[in-house]
Amino acid sequence: MSDLTRLTAAETAAAVAAREVSAVEVARAHLARIAAVDDRVHAFLHVDAEGALAQAARVDAAVADRDTVTGPLAGVPLALKDVLCTEGIPTTVGSRILQGWRPPYDATVTARLKAAGVVVLGKTNMDEFAMGSSTEHSAYGPTHNPWDLDRIPGGSGGGSAAAVASYQAPLAVGTDTGGSIRQPAAVTGTIGVKPTYGGVSRYGLVAFSSSLDQAGPCARTVLDAALLHAVIAGHDPRDSTSIDAPVPPVVEAARRADVSGLRIGIVRELTGEGYESGVLARFEEAVTLLRELGATISEVSCPHFGYALPAYYLIAPSEASSNLARFDSVRYGLRVGDDGQRGLEEVMSMTRDAGFGAEVKRRIILGTYALSSGYYDAYYGQAQKVRTLITRDFTAAFAGVDVLVSPAAPTVAFPLGAKLADPLAMYRQDLATIPSNLYGGPAMSLPAGLSDGLPVGLQIMAPTMRDDLLYQVGAAFEAARPAPVPPLSWES
Amino acid sequence: MPENAPPPAGITREQVAHLARLSRLALDDDELDALASELGVILSAVAAIGDVAATDVPPTTHAVPVENVTRPDVVSASLPRDAVLAGAPDAQDGRFRVPRVLDDPS
Repeated sequence: MSDLTRLTAAETAAAVAAREVSAVEVARAHLARIAAVDDRVHAFLHVDAEGALAQAARVDAAVADRDTVTGPLAGVPLALKDVLCTEGIPTTVGSRILQGWRPPYDATVTARLKAAGVVVLGKTNMDEFAMGSSTEHSAYGPTHNPWDLDRIPGGSGGGSAAAVASYQAPLAVGTDTGGSIRQPAAVTGTIGVKPTYGGVSRYGLVAFSSSLDQAGPCARTVLDAALLHAVIAGHDPRDSTSIDAPVPPVVEAARRADVSGLRIGIVRELTGEGYESGVLARFEEAVTLLRELGATISEVSCPHFGYALPAYYLIAPSEASSNLARFDSVRYGLRVGDDGQRGLEEVMSMTRDAGFGAEVKRRIILGTYALSSGYYDAYYGQAQKVRTLITRDFTAAFAGVDVLVSPAAPTVAFPLGAKLADPLAMYRQDLATIPSNLYGGPAMSLPAGLSDGLPVGLQIMAPTMRDDLLYQVGAAFEAARPAPVPPLSWES
Repeated sequence: MPENAPPPAGITREQVAHLARLSRLALDDDELDALASELGVILSAVAAIGDVAATDVPPTTHAVPVENVTRPDVVSASLPRDAVLAGAPDAQDGRFRVPRVLDDPS
């Protein structure tokens, strides 16, 4: 076979199952690709070559034993965001405070990937504790966008998206609290899905904002994303918020790829001001295409979506300030200043100051403020009420349409450093993605063409536990308008 | 003016220092100055939340409602003690070792 790194996950799995290529050869090809390009992209924080080759060898043995049934992704390489625990393999969450920590257990997502014969190549870069939209808040340096190395790959899951876009892996797993799978997908021209909250287990996912965090697939095709979704989703008794219901038929929906007769709503509040003209132009063309493919298009209003960003930036930091209390200099990670004289509280405070970066501290302080006595009702309590109103907006909209669409991100990839000095400008990257997190419903970003040579994402949003609709619409769109291919001119 | 209108935005350096103590963050002077000004800007932006009339709206507690989740009351394996302690900054005699938690009596 020519270049194994250019195959889709579905093609790779079929070739491995048919013994046209071995899983070990596929893994070696991707490890070689990482060695060749990741010094410039910096998608990975840790590459586990030994573990990947051992897992690939197990898959090859299973394939050779004709009595063993291998799964639909057996032998396919994957890049795992460094927020998901991997037994014995470093898990840093992009933070100094967990530098060198090796978890004693696998996250449920990790365990399901291994059981499915997926070959985990390594752990991908991210904004520290998933707080950011550019990966520039990683304690280990930024990831570079494969479309233009001087630009951001999105965040927080920029490493996962960049690994997929630069053919270092056909699949990746990200996590999405306010857009951390979808915005990187949008700006790297890849596919990213935030499943229904509770659809994928959070067990072993280092918590940022527990009521919003959700792991999901990153891929170069809609079908590949669906195959990965089906592997990682499903009820897990170890996550009490996990939904005890069958996984929506995402793979079947991706194969159906048909929007005829579907009702699609354009969210009036997620266009116009705050969105670049090139992004809006690609979005309008996408809507026209969906109409030509047989969908019925209408405009809907979700009047509270304008308050989604402020609600999010109260709820998420509040939950983070509580969740990150576990980094206490005692149970895992860093300890600073323990000279035998200082007491626990001082050591803890010194450790947290040294171990957390500026954005994480900013959000801990903001969250602590929003939860303080005297401010709780006005900030956190009010944000949770607004969250209810946003959910009601979705429910009302879905009474009249099957899915909603919008641009996935308000801009194309911006230059590294451009928004670092202005936290609010960075937060506005999540304008269009946050509503689905607050509501809990699934949403996808997929490529909708280029603006100034850089990818633009189309977002599709569906009702809770109708993740299949994302894939049905996404696959139809992709068939009519294939994703643009990155030029990767920096390689030559 | 809605009844839940947040207090006027803006936050003092002393308030940040208090929040830092509550958060167990030993912020230095430069960090306190920077955060006081940044938080003021962020709070002004999120203060719009108070414009929404939501007095009679119940707060969201779970995005997708689930209730009374329990597990069967059966003993199952837990992580090996040494595997857990291996990830700790310091351990002694099979336990986490912590800096002193009581004031020095001398």
